[in-house]
Amino acid sequence: MTGLTHLQRLEAESIHILREVVAEAERPVMLYSVGKDSAVMLHLAKKAFFPARPPFPLLHVDTTWKFRAMYDLRDKAAADAGMDLIVHKNPDAVAAGINPFDHGGRHTDLWKTEGLKQALKAGGYDVAFGGARRDEEKSRAKERIFSFRSASQSWDPKAQRPELWNLYNARIHRGESIRVFPISNWTELDIWQYILAEGIEIVPLYFAAPRPTVERDGMLLMVDDDRFRLHPGEVPVERSIRFRTLGCYPLTGAVESEAATLPAIIQEMLLTTTSERQGRAIDHDQAASMEKKKREGYF
Amino acid sequence: MTAYTPDALIAEDIHAYLDTHAHKTMLRFITCGSVDDGKSTLIGRLLYDSKTIFEDQLAALEADSRRVGTQGQNIDFALLVDGLAAEREQGITIDVAYRFFATDRRKFIVADTPGHEQYTRNMITGASTADCAVILIDARKGVLTQTRRHSFLAHLIGIRQIVLAVNKMDLVGHDQATFDAIVDDYADFAASIGIAAFTAIPLSGLSGANVTTRSDAMPWYDGPALLPHLETIPVDTDRAAAGPFRLPVQWVNRPDLDFRGFAGTIAGGQVRVGDTVRIVPSGRTTTVARIVTLDGDRDGAVAGEAVTLVLADEVDCSRGDVIAAADAPPEAANQFEATIVWLADTALVPGRGYWLKLGARTVGATVQPPSHVVDVNTQAHLSAKTLALNDIGVAEVYTDAPLVFAPYADSHELGGFILIDRETNATVAAGMIHHALRRAQNVHWQSVDITREAHARQKGQSPRLLWFTGLSGSGKSTIANLVEKKLHALGRHSFLLDGDNVRHGLNRDLGFSDADRIENIRRVGEVARLMTDAGLIVLTAFISPFRAERDMVRGLMPAGEFVEIFVDTPIEAAEARDVKGLYAKARAGQIAHFTGISSPYEAPERPEIRIDTRSETAEAAAERIVEHVLGVWSFEL
Repeated sequence: MTGLTHLQRLEAESIHILREVVAEAERPVMLYSVGKDSAVMLHLAKKAFFPARPPFPLLHVDTTWKFRAMYDLRDKAAADAGMDLIVHKNPDAVAAGINPFDHGGRHTDLWKTEGLKQALKAGGYDVAFGGARRDEEKSRAKERIFSFRSASQSWDPKAQRPELWNLYNARIHRGESIRVFPISNWTELDIWQYILAEGIEIVPLYFAAPRPTVERDGMLLMVDDDRFRLHPGEVPVERSIRFRTLGCYPLTGAVESEAATLPAIIQEMLLTTTSERQGRAIDHDQAASMEKKKREGYF
Repeated sequence: MTAYTPDALIAEDIHAYLDTHAHKTMLRFITCGSVDDGKSTLIGRLLYDSKTIFEDQLAALEADSRRVGTQGQNIDFALLVDGLAAEREQGITIDVAYRFFATDRRKFIVADTPGHEQYTRNMITGASTADCAVILIDARKGVLTQTRRHSFLAHLIGIRQIVLAVNKMDLVGHDQATFDAIVDDYADFAASIGIAAFTAIPLSGLSGANVTTRSDAMPWYDGPALLPHLETIPVDTDRAAAGPFRLPVQWVNRPDLDFRGFAGTIAGGQVRVGDTVRIVPSGRTTTVARIVTLDGDRDGAVAGEAVTLVLADEVDCSRGDVIAAADAPPEAANQFEATIVWLADTALVPGRGYWLKLGARTVGATVQPPSHVVDVNTQAHLSAKTLALNDIGVAEVYTDAPLVFAPYADSHELGGFILIDRETNATVAAGMIHHALRRAQNVHWQSVDITREAHARQKGQSPRLLWFTGLSGSGKSTIANLVEKKLHALGRHSFLLDGDNVRHGLNRDLGFSDADRIENIRRVGEVARLMTDAGLIVLTAFISPFRAERDMVRGLMPAGEFVEIFVDTPIEAAEARDVKGLYAKARAGQIAHFTGISSPYEAPERPEIRIDTRSETAEAAAERIVEHVLGVWSFEL
């Protein structure tokens, strides 16, 4: 018995997928959101192609409202990997000054959904890697590793290709594209264990530290810069907080925590009683909201 | 009800806990059963009892259970598992869903497949990566047709670990005699289809009895509960590691002139630095110089790992080749017998060209009419001319190039393949190789001293295949004939293969069904290729209505030698001419499968030459074709 561990099997599967795309696609790109899942995916890409650099660029679909610490790590991670970094900001959203305070759901639609479509089209990419995992949400549990998008970049869950063994059919017509999820079979715990085992650098916001916060609608928000609009009477309070997921800072809820090391984070995660996506406003909009967003082109 | 009771070790000593979990193994299994068997409930129960459900998910589940659940005020675990909005409305699952949970010993990936008419396709997909199948039986109903179907499919796809979960034991009073009778019944059936061993467990997904721990309700049962059993059964990668070394090369890593590595996932066996390996199919032998990783070189690697090898010698090796143990290399062949599971709405067209992907190699392939199909419910062999959605049949497969393979029974990685439609790019079938055909192994290419280049040089020309395609009466033969006369006058060596003439001899056994039309074109393509090997410029005038077949012939020819000429005459114009009176007969219903009327014509998308016969005379078109072809020649010469 060779006894490959679960992380070794997951790593091998992800590397196999990354290589298969590079062997078959014309213009692959890796969506890089700077979160822990992206960090793991980037690390796997470095391993898959070593000693070559990963033969594709990183693409960050920027909303201009990410945490400052995310921008810092984004630039550093791309430079360390020796990869090109493409940053796309939807010009329509820039022009309209779309922000999470005034525009609610349109903020995500315009910056992320539309921005992503624009960036993929502009780059002529036929394959985009994404860091989504099947354990995140029910409709993700049904998505294939290779997920096909029509020329209008929509997703039809009933028209997916069967995926057998480790044979992936990457053939598409011109204009169509594929989203490929190399870490589909990883769980949140797998991700954290792998970050610990491999010493992968992640955004410091995942670790607890004293940070300026306000409590609003039951969420603990961090006042990351002076664009944060304080309501009358609101005064930022310093609390020891950390984040379980990272997105636009005015939309991302923090948890109060003292966990400042990876084992402490994992310990806290295992002892906690709520799932990871609860901190994201996007999923609370309506039942099956993620499936709806995906049909429209959200990653 | 508490959702999540964490392991005490997490709070007491997280480092010890993480150390334990770093050494977990992983098991992938599939659950088989229909809606009523309580499959979703059982999976929900496994997630719940292994503490994978969080408080917010539990709260949502409790709310959903009251709103749409089927368990009254109790939690409906099935709701945890049914995902897409469409499914929730219809109360069915429409695809394969993957679930994850972990215990101290293992991480589990569960493929959950639905139980309605798309079942074969979905179950085969989910089962292809599974180490184990959990087959559910309702204790009140015993072994049913669907139990036999699930077991047959699990065995077919090569799953060696079968667990018979006799569910709903609470509804039969936890009765031992009921359980024993079901197990006896199943054992007879299992033996009849070749399942050597299985483990039967009496349980209740609803109450949780014998799911994670042994239940007091069934003291007569002395085997393990389901979860502890799943924690201990062997996984397939360990089995693969015992065989000879095989690495299908996925990607050649060439960052600079100093480094050339061969990347891939080890399909079988183990490798160590210094091992002697052979590249298949080329047959070159060398040794492994390095096993390269980001974390430094390694001494060895095993099946299941994704590695990069550096070889000691500069050998020719590219994507799709297999690096193998030199003393036990795999076979290569281009004709196989295989079991094929058809996954697409459009049925198999025997003789049509598909793409076949096996390991890291994609080649053109055709499938012969099946020798039989299998009724999944009775396992009876039935005769059939084709394979429709969800059909399972045995057929011969011919590939354009030799494939390095292993029988599926020996290696899923080198014996399993998919077929891809050349037009739609859809994955239309999954196949499992039994063996190479003997005649393929014994017929070798005879190498000849007078090569095709020598033939062509002697004639002072470059071979070409001018492939005229278009509707009946479009003017193909007329124009082709003019072109040949011009070529002849210019001293070129040519030959015209005409559709009608070929059907009087070479293809007189063929009719006009889709399958016969495809075979007609295949034969003509092969003959034309032989003639180009002899150095000739070959002209063919065939309706050749299907894109896939024209592409198949294109694939037979060296790049640039196939010139597709689309004689574009609209059906109205062709019908108005009706030189042979065929359109009139077809309209009268006297000719079946007539292209343009009762059978489709797929126009070329990017022909080398397109001739619009409404705006260009046959003479002008012929002149243009000759110029096109000679222009290419003058460039080459």
